[in-house]
Amino acid sequence: MTNIKMTVNGKSVSGEVPDETLLSEFLRENLRLTGTHVGCDTSQCGACVVHVNGKALKACTTLAASLEGAEVTTIEGLANGGELHPMQQAFNDNHGLQCGFCTPGMIMTSVDMVNRYKAEGKELTEEAIRDELEGNICRCTGYHNIVKSVEDAAAKM
Amino acid sequence: MKDGIGAPVKRKEDKRFTTGKGKYTDDIRNDNQAYAAFVRSPYAHARVKGIDTSAALAMEGVIDVLNGQQLTGDGIGNIICGWAITSKDGSPMNMGAWSALATEKVRYVGDAVAVVIAESQALARIAAEAVEVDYEELPVAANITAAMADGAPQIHDNAPGNQIYDWELGDEAATDAGLAEAAHVTTLNITNNRLSPNPMEPRSAVATYDDAEDHYTLYTTSQNPHVARLVLSAFYNVAPEHKLRVIAPDVGGGFGAKIYIYPEEITCLWASMKTNRSIKWTSDRSEAFLTDAHGRDHITTAKMGFDKDGKITGFKIDTLANIGAYMSLFSSSVPTYLYAPLMSGQYNIQNIHCNVRTYYTNTVPVDAYRGAGRPEATYLVERMMETAAREMGMDPAELRRRNFVQEFPHQTPVLMQYDSGDFPKILQMAQDAADIAGFEARKAEAAKRGKLRGLGYSTFIEACGLAPSKAAGSLGAGVGLWESAEVRVNPVGSIEILTGSHSHGQGHETTFAQIVADRFGLPVENVSIVHGDTDKVQFGMGTYGSRSGPVGMSAVVKAMDKVEAKVKKIAAHTLEASEDDIVIEGGEVKVSGTDKSMAWHEVGLAAYVAHNLPDDMEPGLKETAFFDPVNFSFPSGAFICEVEVDPDTGQTEIVNFTSADDFGTIINPMIVEGQVHGGVTQGIGQAMLEQVVYDEDGQLLNGSYMDYAMPRAADVPSYSISHHEDSPSPNNPLGVKGCGEAGAIGAPPAVINAITDAIGTNDLAMPATPQAVWNAIQAAK
Ligand code: FES
Ligand code: FES
Repeated sequence: MTNIKMTVNGKSVSGEVPDETLLSEFLRENLRLTGTHVGCDTSQCGACVVHVNGKALKACTTLAASLEGAEVTTIEGLANGGELHPMQQAFNDNHGLQCGFCTPGMIMTSVDMVNRYKAEGKELTEEAIRDELEGNICRCTGYHNIVKSVEDAAAKM
Repeated sequence: MKDGIGAPVKRKEDKRFTTGKGKYTDDIRNDNQAYAAFVRSPYAHARVKGIDTSAALAMEGVIDVLNGQQLTGDGIGNIICGWAITSKDGSPMNMGAWSALATEKVRYVGDAVAVVIAESQALARIAAEAVEVDYEELPVAANITAAMADGAPQIHDNAPGNQIYDWELGDEAATDAGLAEAAHVTTLNITNNRLSPNPMEPRSAVATYDDAEDHYTLYTTSQNPHVARLVLSAFYNVAPEHKLRVIAPDVGGGFGAKIYIYPEEITCLWASMKTNRSIKWTSDRSEAFLTDAHGRDHITTAKMGFDKDGKITGFKIDTLANIGAYMSLFSSSVPTYLYAPLMSGQYNIQNIHCNVRTYYTNTVPVDAYRGAGRPEATYLVERMMETAAREMGMDPAELRRRNFVQEFPHQTPVLMQYDSGDFPKILQMAQDAADIAGFEARKAEAAKRGKLRGLGYSTFIEACGLAPSKAAGSLGAGVGLWESAEVRVNPVGSIEILTGSHSHGQGHETTFAQIVADRFGLPVENVSIVHGDTDKVQFGMGTYGSRSGPVGMSAVVKAMDKVEAKVKKIAAHTLEASEDDIVIEGGEVKVSGTDKSMAWHEVGLAAYVAHNLPDDMEPGLKETAFFDPVNFSFPSGAFICEVEVDPDTGQTEIVNFTSADDFGTIINPMIVEGQVHGGVTQGIGQAMLEQVVYDEDGQLLNGSYMDYAMPRAADVPSYSISHHEDSPSPNNPLGVKGCGEAGAIGAPPAVINAITDAIGTNDLAMPATPQAVWNAIQAAK
């Protein structure tokens, strides 16, 4: 068992968990933040993506114990109070989701993508968005409207 | 009106999904939660000689280990297929027994033999590994060819030669004669590749038994919770219906895979009674590949004859279909009544004969996957048309035009009566949008870059809106396929719609609200949709077969008709006018031609306070209706795919994909287009990426996203989509036809027709991976 302490969505949290506990399990089971989803067991689908210290990370392949002291943001912590993050709003405006299962991971990945491109001053083209979404699978939308959502949010972020 | 029929209203349900507040089955955790893990067969075919649970039972935190003898001993019934198919010699289909936990034999890798119940999911899984099963391996038939072979291993005793049925539709003699008189006959030997549906949310179940009430509650990832309850109750004897509540909360995609009632749900319910704990099971992706019903898996030989003008004289089809190790809920209907009746496509064909033989194999069951039978038929018909055009030196669009059905209703020789459509028009729409005139120039330009550019068509029809109950019953269906709805107007005038349709991505909370808003002139915010809970909703057949629009919404309309009639009576009584003069408009109930009116909510209140109702009227304002369609609906479409192939690598890029669809009336174009995007992407997945592979020992070789190629964002293009709305369905009040499956049905042949056009050979199987395309190019040299 390991005692872990980290900040999740701005709140400091702690817990004693088995050493092998994944971040996705810690979030879902210990903190009951069930917006982080698990869609595969080979780190391929991206349903579990959260931000750790400001960068996108797959929570299903990260040991919770390795994140002592980290700042974690999950989909539940992305909106600013009652106001949706521009990416969340863009997914709604552009019909970037259907069943919603891939959506938290898609949004967290996309926020990180736009932030990186902006920081590096690079242009986020449709091709770049599609390549950047390599680690996120959606079975419902065919990606068309996800790409539009990311383009829309990028213009507003 | 603003939020009414035809408006691209943004989805009301999105906020909970974009903020992580969706409630999926695995998100539920009860106070006395225990967890299930299944002990699964590593062999495709083996006798179970013994199960030693002692080591697992001795582990701390293990609550119980239960097996199939105990399950059947408690009277839990076998899993059934609900559609009886009769062979052409009149004999019934050969359905083998399927117990939720195998008793004597296991028949596919992943077949469950026991279940471990423990205090945590991790513990349950570790303990499942400690259960020792003594297997005697048996010879394996892992595909159709092996299952049909002389001396093939017998998978079920009551299915000699592993054949389940040998079924036909159409007139064989007339078709043979049609082929004999043809000026040209095209022959195709094609396979339809086996797929795994892969909704992103894995299946999950949380089952809770209440011993004080002798009552069960099941949360599950289902497309049709009432059907689940019916089957769990009537056939599997878990509990009578009034003692069983099934809830399908937010469900993360279905695509067919979540229609069926699987061994895991049955076992969790039973185990919760055995252990008096709430039992939760959530599949991981590996387990999903092993145990979710697969789709497709046909081998077909077909011939189509044409006269000298290119008119079709006959179409003869011989198909072998793989059912897997057991007959899943609708498995028998997919390669028969959802397949052969589609063989007429958009064409006027007088003579069609289709023979289908299905076989057991030592693989996971095969059942409906998005489109179900119709993609297999469409792939055959549309590859046939394109191949024949090439063989006869004709323009493939022109060959199609010469054969299009032009008048409606049109009776095909394979059961269907097409009710509406305009096939030449949608083909023209697609051709204009795809700039066919500019293709030769684009091809020449691509050639300069060393690329092969190709163009492929698919003009297809579907039979959706499943289904007229009487017709389905006469063809062997064990259930009716109507839908129900209740419209509840509350005393404050807000409205709840209770529907038996289930939304797992389709956006019903928005589109169903739109049809109500449209009818009564209310904002969509005043309408909410209740679905997915057998305790709340009267009954329902669920969502599949593009039926929620044509059938589910029609039930809502029927219930609204009754509400409207009562509202008019109340208003006429209150306003002292004639019922015939009452109109409902913009949230008001008015006497036409006067300034007398009541607000909508005043009528609601009047109905519930009941101080001043007509003498013979019951208080309240809620109505229920059941809608049973008189015919299928027939959406149709024209897809054009344009590709570029790199001849050195076989790498293929879809450069343009154009769709023109006839879905009848469109409630919300944004949502309809989303359905097309998703469906086409799954169709492209089938055509270029996806295929489940079992080796000859029945081991699944690609059971993860490392090995099974799901379409990703960079694999597909942005799409060009247009709609034809001038041929509404005459068979339901809204004129809708259904849009959920079109993409998956129409896309595969368009893609393969485009690639084969580019590389100049018709000999290419799905999935057209770079290697397959490169091999085809080499073989044709
Ligand atoms: S659940 Fe993390 S990548 Fe699939
Ligand atoms: S919206 Fe369903 S998987 Fe993406």
